[in-house]
Amino acid sequence: PLRRVLLILPFGTPLGGVYKERTKDAARLSEFNGKMLLVSWEWSYVQTPYIIAIWILVASVAKILFHFSQRFTTVVPESCMLILLGLVLGGIVLLTSKKQLYQLEPGLFFLFLLPTIVGDAGYFMPARLFFDNLGAILLYAVVGTLWNAFCTGFCLYGVKLLGIIDQKVQAGLMEFLLFGALISAVDPVAVLAVFEEVHVNETLFIIVFGESLLNDAVTVVLYKVYMSFVEVGPENVQTADYFKGVASFLIVSIGGTMVGLIFAALLAFITRFTKKVRIIEPLLVFLMVYLAYLTAELFSLSAILSMTFCGIGCNKYVEANISQKSRTTVKYTMKTLASIAETIIFIFLGISAVDKSKWAWDTGLISCTLIFIFVFRALGVVMQTWVLNWFRLVPLDKIDQVVMSYGGLRGAVAFALVVLLDAERVPAKDYFVATTIIVVFFTVMFQGLTIKPLVNWLKVPRATNRKPTINEEIHERAFDHCLTAVEDIAGLNGYHHWRDKWEQFDKNYLSKLLLRKSVYRKSELWEVYQKINIRDAISVIDQGGNVLTSARLSLPSMASRASFPEVTNVTNYLRENGSGVCLDLQVIDNVPGAKVEEESETHHFLAGNLYKPRRRYQSHYSRHFMTVGDHERQDREIFQRNMKSRMETHSNGCFLSLLQRRGSDVKEQDLNDKPRRNVSWQDKDPVVVTVESEDEKGEHLEPEKEEDVGITFVARKVPDTPKERPKSVPAGLEVCQSPSVAPPSPTCSERNLPWKGGIGTLPVCVSMEATKIIPIDLQQAWNQSISSLESLASPPGPVEPLHPRVSALSRLGGQRPVSYSGSGVSGSGFGSRGAGSIVAQGIARFEFPPGGEEKEEEEGALSDQEQELQPLVSSSVRPPAPSPPGPGSRAEEEPLCVPEEPGHSAPSWQ
Amino acid sequence: MHIVIKLFGVPLSCPITNSMNIWFSCFLFIIVTPAHIVRLYDRFEALDKEKTGHLRPQDFGAINRLAMNPIGDRIIGAFFSPGQETVDFHSFVRILAHFRPADKKHPKDPSMPEPVNSRTSKLKFAFQLYDQDKDGKISRAELLQVLRSMLEMQVTEEQLESIADRTIQEADLDNDDAISFEEFRKSLEKVNIDHKMSIRFLR
Repeated sequence: PLRRVLLILPFGTPLGGVYKERTKDAARLSEFNGKMLLVSWEWSYVQTPYIIAIWILVASVAKILFHFSQRFTTVVPESCMLILLGLVLGGIVLLTSKKQLYQLEPGLFFLFLLPTIVGDAGYFMPARLFFDNLGAILLYAVVGTLWNAFCTGFCLYGVKLLGIIDQKVQAGLMEFLLFGALISAVDPVAVLAVFEEVHVNETLFIIVFGESLLNDAVTVVLYKVYMSFVEVGPENVQTADYFKGVASFLIVSIGGTMVGLIFAALLAFITRFTKKVRIIEPLLVFLMVYLAYLTAELFSLSAILSMTFCGIGCNKYVEANISQKSRTTVKYTMKTLASIAETIIFIFLGISAVDKSKWAWDTGLISCTLIFIFVFRALGVVMQTWVLNWFRLVPLDKIDQVVMSYGGLRGAVAFALVVLLDAERVPAKDYFVATTIIVVFFTVMFQGLTIKPLVNWLKVPRATNRKPTINEEIHERAFDHCLTAVEDIAGLNGYHHWRDKWEQFDKNYLSKLLLRKSVYRKSELWEVYQKINIRDAISVIDQGGNVLTSARLSLPSMASRASFPEVTNVTNYLRENGSGVCLDLQVIDNVPGAKVEEESETHHFLAGNLYKPRRRYQSHYSRHFMTVGDHERQDREIFQRNMKSRMETHSNGCFLSLLQRRGSDVKEQDLNDKPRRNVSWQDKDPVVVTVESEDEKGEHLEPEKEEDVGITFVARKVPDTPKERPKSVPAGLEVCQSPSVAPPSPTCSERNLPWKGGIGTLPVCVSMEATKIIPIDLQQAWNQSISSLESLASPPGPVEPLHPRVSALSRLGGQRPVSYSGSGVSGSGFGSRGAGSIVAQGIARFEFPPGGEEKEEEEGALSDQEQELQPLVSSSVRPPAPSPPGPGSRAEEEPLCVPEEPGHSAPSWQ
Repeated sequence: MHIVIKLFGVPLSCPITNSMNIWFSCFLFIIVTPAHIVRLYDRFEALDKEKTGHLRPQDFGAINRLAMNPIGDRIIGAFFSPGQETVDFHSFVRILAHFRPADKKHPKDPSMPEPVNSRTSKLKFAFQLYDQDKDGKISRAELLQVLRSMLEMQVTEEQLESIADRTIQEADLDNDDAISFEEFRKSLEKVNIDHKMSIRFLR
């Protein structure tokens, strides 16, 4: 009954009321039904899980409440609030029951609460950062903790001898050393709780946090050794026992690490075979990591070390083996558990403090302990850092040392250890418990509260929560190789040398054993690349999920595809919207080049933000159109018009003006009456295939360069795709160059010779001059872009590589080098969709003149262009004409490619 | 003009006179502690199998582990200035000096030329590993070459190209489909180059 009341009390009357109601009901029912109860009160049956669930609920609600006020939580760390809440709850319990019923039970803490936190920490430990700083971490964890423990212990004993500590505290040297050992270890829970809110730079964080994890071995050993010494009595301790202590330390630490690594290997190995049972992958991860902890406890090894190394060790392989969903599940579950465990720990710390039995206050002991742990921590950090800086590449400066000293927080581990003391053997236990509580509260609350202002005041470099870009990934890998090479040249077996050796070993043996075959075959950098792409895609979908789910996303099979090809491709849609992401891993979004000098600043800003899709996406409609170059804007406006008409919203004003302008362009072109054969590739690199005399080429060279920004209304996205296609397949070239050779695949040939497949069935667009035939061959382009979206693994059909002749050819004409060298790779590489257009001389052109390479080139380009143009033509036809010159009529009446102004290299769709 | 060198942690001011030849003064700039020079000199002699006082590319090639380094060839190439077949000890040390950690305690004297271990120099060194044709730009083809050597064989050409394209696209600010040094530097703005391109022993 007491428990029942206690349970209900913290939640106020509602629950209590319900409880009373229900007992009344039950009583009434029992009255009416004799011995038969319809509803019975089975408290004892559900008691334990119920109480646990309620406590977790309390912890969660407390967390929610604290985060109501953003301003408040930025000042006061959550851990402080939780301890205060615990104090209040403890007070209520104490008032109602006259006796504290709850406290942080060491068994509960060590077996359930701590592993969740350590498991999370170990599994998500940034391995590279951790091992880069392993030397420092180990030094602080081992030497630093030993130093703290001995100094605190001896000095407390000295103070005791001086009489500053009250005589009531019955403790000798061994007891004080024991106390020093358990109070000196920096606590992982407290460090995590406080540092996570402070966001100091990674190096600083990993050193303090790594220390707090790895010092567990020292703490465990010292604790055990002193306990045995206390048991046998200090006078009976023999010299051999000290050596045993050292041996015990080695066994506990190395043994714990080994257990962890064995379980890591086991876990990685098991996850190799879970392909058919993905659903248990997360469970396996939790199970094995937890088993690593329990096994280490079983052999009284360092359980924290074991779990930490299990997490670090298995992470790479497990993450590669398990599915994306499992990864997410593991991540969220671990974080949830760790977060709730942390909350419960702090609440219970608060509750535990409200206990009369623990109020064995001795001012001397408490104040001396506080002073000593702080002073020795600072001293130890300064001395060790001085030594470390001889060996460190990046020395730890004074500010780092201050933060490290100040960040030496003590927490629940110390409390649980002190509670575990045997009161009969350690008479001063109550004093130690009280002191520990004060120390923990002081460090967590006072230091936790002040560390943020301190860090701000000292201007400690902060961590940037930023994912590395693909550039950084690549270059940093190159740097690593570079450093390894330099170490080899300089004949040193330094850090990079060993790291490289380890990587070789990992690649040759470990990964083979622990990774799935399918995963092993993938390159790490490729994985990173894919991850970045997926991340971008996810964030875009998060932001604009409606875009993708609504009718705007149509599949190739849908009726609309012919009219709105660019739109219906998800990738194209995203890309056209400037979201800066790439769902299709094979499609690379080249920001269309426009040399707009005066806007280069904004342009750079844009480009710099390319991979922050969140921001970009939100603002792309306005920002993009405002800032990008003229050419790009036009491109996008067209697209926007298509989109808008599709969405049946108002039409874009910009577009109107654009069309008007284009109209005038057309007139100019007509006046010019010098149809040039310009193929523009992706707006930025005009590919000019001029069939006229060299003179004329020369003539147009100048304007060509100036007017880089031709108006190109192309299905830009579609042509993009081929850019990534392999150019290593010579067969493709053969096909393209000499059509008589049997094409390796129908797709290829069709792509290259679109009229082959399309002429019969597909509509043909004839320009006004009747010099061109544009078969509409959407099918291929479509299938390709869609299939590339779906299957990354299966490379599309071979495409002709950039043939040397192309470049040679391009060098002939004055304008070509510019165009072909830049875009040649792309323009000629994928026959399927070059951009831009060519004005062919006549139909004859299409008949594969057997001889001229130049002509073949043109044809290749023509086909590119043709495919490219189709979507455009058709898409531009459909939308309700928003502009004076109806796009529909234009498409039919006007030449496909008309030079717009002298110098405009860009083809247009009119 | 004086240069300050740190000898066993003690700063020493050392006048540079005309009589000191240029390379010696450079040398003082580069390697601060004689122990390092001696060590490197030992290494240099060990590599210089034919005792000519010059290293040839094949001397570097004899280093076993370098052969396993995916960009080892490029790094060897970086030791040889264009047109030169050999590298003497001075150049050898000077190249290695790129990997010295920057000295934070002695802020750079604006009057002095930029030290070889500055951020810019380190980046320049890395950049030229990519930019093999020395046109000041990492072209797509050049990037592809590096990627091909750094990535395992399993990666298809197509994958390589998509990575290369994305990389260029990400870094390319002026849309010339290549990464200039300026763009290279910008793309690595957030990276602690001093940390990532330094080796402690050269301190």
